Amino acid sequence: MKQMNWKELPHAGTVLKAGNANEYKTGSWRTYKPKWVEENCIQCLFCWIYCPDSAVVVKDEKMTGFDYDHCKGCGVCAMECPGKKGNKAIVMEEEGK
Amino acid sequence: MSATQEKPMTLKSLSHKKDNLSGGHRMCSGCGAPTVVRQVLLAIDEPVVIANATGCLEVSTCLFPYTAWRVPWMHSAFENAAATASGIETMYRSLRKQGKLKKEMKFIAFGGDGGTYDIGFQALSGAMERGHQLLYICYDNGAYMNTGIQRSSATPMGADTTTQPVGSKIPGKTVRRKDLTRIMAAHNVAYAAQASPHNWRDLMTKVKKALATNGPAYMGIMAPCNRGWRTQTNDSILLSRLAVDTCYWPLYEVEGGKWTINYDPKDKKKPIAEWLKPQGRFKHLFAPGNEALLERFQKLVDDDWESLQKLAAAFGAK
Amino acid sequence: MAVTSTKTVAVTGNQAVAEAFRQLNPDVMPAYPITPSTGIMESFTKFVSDGKVDTETILVESEHSAMSACIGASAAGGRVATATSAQGLALMWEMLHIASGYRLPILMALVNRALSAPLNIHGDHSDGMGMRDCGWIQLFCENAQEAYDNTIMAYRIAEHKDVRLPIAVNMDGFIISHSIESMKFIPDEDVKKFVGEYIAMDPLLDIDNPKSIGALVLTDYYMEHKRAQHEAMKNVKKVVADVSAEFAKLTGRKYELFETYRLEDAEVAIVALNSAAGTIKDEIDRYWEKGVKVGLLKPRMFRPFPYEEVGAALKNAKAICVMDRADSYGGMGPLYMEIASAVANNRGAVLFNKIYGLGGRDLMPHDVDQVIEETAEVAKSGKVKMVKDYMTVRN
Ligand SMILES: Cc1ncc(C[n+]2csc(CCOP(=O)(O)OP(=O)(O)O)c2C)c(N)n1
Ligand code: SF4
Ligand code: SF4
Ligand code: SF4
Ligand SMILES: [Mg+2]
Repeated sequence: MKQMNWKELPHAGTVLKAGNANEYKTGSWRTYKPKWVEENCIQCLFCWIYCPDSAVVVKDEKMTGFDYDHCKGCGVCAMECPGKKGNKAIVMEEEGK
Repeated sequence: MSATQEKPMTLKSLSHKKDNLSGGHRMCSGCGAPTVVRQVLLAIDEPVVIANATGCLEVSTCLFPYTAWRVPWMHSAFENAAATASGIETMYRSLRKQGKLKKEMKFIAFGGDGGTYDIGFQALSGAMERGHQLLYICYDNGAYMNTGIQRSSATPMGADTTTQPVGSKIPGKTVRRKDLTRIMAAHNVAYAAQASPHNWRDLMTKVKKALATNGPAYMGIMAPCNRGWRTQTNDSILLSRLAVDTCYWPLYEVEGGKWTINYDPKDKKKPIAEWLKPQGRFKHLFAPGNEALLERFQKLVDDDWESLQKLAAAFGAK
Repeated sequence: MAVTSTKTVAVTGNQAVAEAFRQLNPDVMPAYPITPSTGIMESFTKFVSDGKVDTETILVESEHSAMSACIGASAAGGRVATATSAQGLALMWEMLHIASGYRLPILMALVNRALSAPLNIHGDHSDGMGMRDCGWIQLFCENAQEAYDNTIMAYRIAEHKDVRLPIAVNMDGFIISHSIESMKFIPDEDVKKFVGEYIAMDPLLDIDNPKSIGALVLTDYYMEHKRAQHEAMKNVKKVVADVSAEFAKLTGRKYELFETYRLEDAEVAIVALNSAAGTIKDEIDRYWEKGVKVGLLKPRMFRPFPYEEVGAALKNAKAICVMDRADSYGGMGPLYMEIASAVANNRGAVLFNKIYGLGGRDLMPHDVDQVIEETAEVAKSGKVKMVKDYMTVRN
């Protein structure tokens, strides 16, 4: 983003574009990456409600994957994922593998 | 209609709602606070305006020129979220009274434990006494995290912090924490409660109740901080659950003087060591020679839990 | 426009400001009591209780919360006013910077009082001078009439789109706040018309356009924010002049950025703020009769300070005594520093500084005489005995 000069700044420095942090990608923070194993998913949506980074993508009441632009790879979703028959539907993998 | 009579919330139905805290904020990976905030915002159906005290949540969610907030949000200083919110809420009432504003709105102030138990205590107490129609939420991570893990009056006894570090003579924080939720209940506010993000349904039901109530409301919400607690990035929900299961952080509410314990683990109450053990800030409590400290910690938790049960028995629903 | 009909009344400075507040009818007023400004809030809250204003008060638990609530309320999108003094202002200090940094046109009546320690409740300017660098517009008033008039003008100045800054209207504690004075009020309708409807800028309560106020701003943008704030301050001078001209048309009372009294041909100049000016003017008249060419410069607008205009007004002075009712310990008096900057490019004037009247210590005519005589002496000799000295003090 081109940096504004002082005349271009919004009045009082108020941020007028609500939620524009979305344009800022925190995905590069990851060292581990959550991987969704669909066959083990019971669609409980725990991953969605617990994710600190709004990075679990739910469509039509169904978990569909991750927003890797923002997922920081904390692993909370994997930890809380009940999965099916003891098999997690989210596993953490080393980034870049 | 009271919030409790509505059909039970499900994650599926909630998943249709817009997330009012966007991704791309700069809270640490695995931080508990943004999960708390997301749940709070997802619980609300009305337009809501937020005031936020200086602290991790504030600096990380609104770093110019970005904001993660999709609802009106304002920060002004560290110790004054309650006073700032008082001003916003009063302007709302004034403009409504004069017919200059049509829409109905709700007001929430967020503060960390430092901004709430310590430096913001007076402003909070004043706002609650004045009866503003606002909900104050303390996301409690038990230290001044934003400035590098200094002790606050919410820091548990024994914790290693950068201002009461564990040394050869002093084993971390020597005194017990302040019980702010009870102090808020003693203000006779319309609604006071404790919640934890692992129990999202309880947390969100409480937010709805707090906003539906006539008068000021307070909620203390557990918000694990992996950096300050020296834990893993993936265990914020696990640790908030353990805080409740050990009765370190009981889930309860005080509505118009009526005390209710929302979750009683009964014979499944876990020893406090289960919550303490995974946290690096309590490592020394498990070193040989510190058994008495651990025992004292357990006793404090047990005593508090017992007195809470007595309150609920004496002042609960008959 | 014809000069409005005005009613002459006998009121205290505090009552005059409370009346201005009533006429301005702010939407929200957070307040906390402190002598000598308490009277303003007491009179005003009576108006509230009697339903004479639309204002919602917030009777906060501290001045820090008062200013915090002002900031929240103003950002929410309406008119806000408060009043305080000394310790109260000191407790607000953190928030004063935030009010200006967020460009909120909050109105404050500051009834000047000495700061502790030692504890003292009487008038001096240490509170007002202490907020010098907080980014507020500061107007100083000699008497109740000026305090009333400047308060009526305040929102027009603060809310101007080129300005949007908080404003403090100062008057001397007790000497003005508690003394009854004969003065003129403007009819309610005229005030209402003069002040106009509030126009909010990016109000927080505009729920359909959610915005974030009060971001963390790091090294990449902090300086741009401050540069924009500096620009707003630069615009104040013209707005004050314009609003004052309009006010003069309405009331016949003329206000400049500063007042001069017999300064035009004076070789000897005194500079002083607020109520002391009354006594000084009387003595100036006496000394002209004795052949001493002495005049007064009384700043009205202290922030932003009109350096060029003040420098020009003092260009004929051979000696200037700046009288400060506050001290900057280890430095020169705060007003002195401004005047020294203003005359920096003037030729030949000799300056010196008298600290007087701290903690409400009286300034008597004979004290002023001493100043005039000493300044006249300096004008003759071109030599200053002591650049900074305390007066009205037992030696
Ligand atoms: C008046 C004042 N004192 C100190 C600070 C420095 N400060 C900023 S945030 C903070 C700690 C915040 O702790 P807490 O409220 O618990 O929030 P957390 O960062 O832990 O989420 C401190 C000490 C400040 N901003 N203002
Ligand atoms: S790893 Fe963390 S940030 Fe990524 S989706 Fe899972 S919970 Fe969200
Ligand atoms: S937590 Fe696991 S099982 Fe539940 S929806 Fe997410 S991926 Fe599927
Ligand atoms: S320091 Fe702790 S509270 Fe702050 S953002 Fe990091 S994890 Fe969250
Ligand atoms: Mg904290």
